[in-house]
Amino acid sequence: MNAANHTSTSHAGHMIHRDDEGSRMGMWLFLFTEVILFGGLFAVYAVYRFMHPEDFHHASAELSLFFGAANTVILLTSSLTVAMSITAIQKGDKKKSLILLGLTLVFALAFLVNKYFEYSAKIEHGLFPGTEHFFELPHGEAQFFYLYFFMTGLHGLHILVGLIILSFMAVYIMRGTITQDNYTLLENGGLYWHLVDVIWIFLFPLLYLIK
Amino acid sequence: MAEHTNHVFGYKNNILVWIDLLILTFVTIEIAQFDFHDLTVVIALLVATAKTYLVGYFFMHLKFEKPWFRIMVGIMAFVFIAFLAILFFDYSFR
Repeated sequence: MNAANHTSTSHAGHMIHRDDEGSRMGMWLFLFTEVILFGGLFAVYAVYRFMHPEDFHHASAELSLFFGAANTVILLTSSLTVAMSITAIQKGDKKKSLILLGLTLVFALAFLVNKYFEYSAKIEHGLFPGTEHFFELPHGEAQFFYLYFFMTGLHGLHILVGLIILSFMAVYIMRGTITQDNYTLLENGGLYWHLVDVIWIFLFPLLYLIK
Repeated sequence: MAEHTNHVFGYKNNILVWIDLLILTFVTIEIAQFDFHDLTVVIALLVATAKTYLVGYFFMHLKFEKPWFRIMVGIMAFVFIAFLAILFFDYSFR
């Protein structure tokens, strides 16, 4: 066995080969592709905003700063709980790790519920692409809402995926697949969740705080 | 035996990072109430970058990873920023 890799002997006596660092590096490489995915959208945003600064300003004023700020705090707190869940498993406290991971899932759901109310309000006001009122909007405002729904929609999809991934992690902790000696899966799930948080950190000022 | 050389980032430290992130969120909302013209978006992006640094370095454990993790993330960030900067110059000088 390579000394650089983790090895462990199971009860059956055969060797299990593991490379935790390689596993985390793989996750980081995947996160880079996610940055490129959202990066393209940020580039489109930059160009449209440069072309229609006034329209973007007016359209942004339609968004609820309260909901945007609340969702920012919710996501930052969920990042904290998932990070603390990893701390707990490192210390061998399985129960605490599960509780903290459960809290993360609750925050993820709260984020999606907030988004549901936000989207509903926008659709009610005819700010959803395809409605009659939408086609009467100035060109730049329409472009802002196209981008708003696409970027937050894609981000919301990532929240949903993160929720599913972290649910699996909770099951793995319960089953003992993730333990104090083997928690890279939880770390990788956490990395994904933090990336989703980071994307929102940029989406929030760019969509909600335009002056 | 599986040996973990990873450092444990304690509960208290995690909470301190979280408080910093909340303060920065408050700062970015408050600053946005003033109009600094073109600087407003620059300030917002700088605060967002600072928040991203905190999340990456502490929550995502880049602090504890081997240097080549930080080097790779740095290269990615450089390429990303260069990509947006070139786009910006293209549109600014048309």
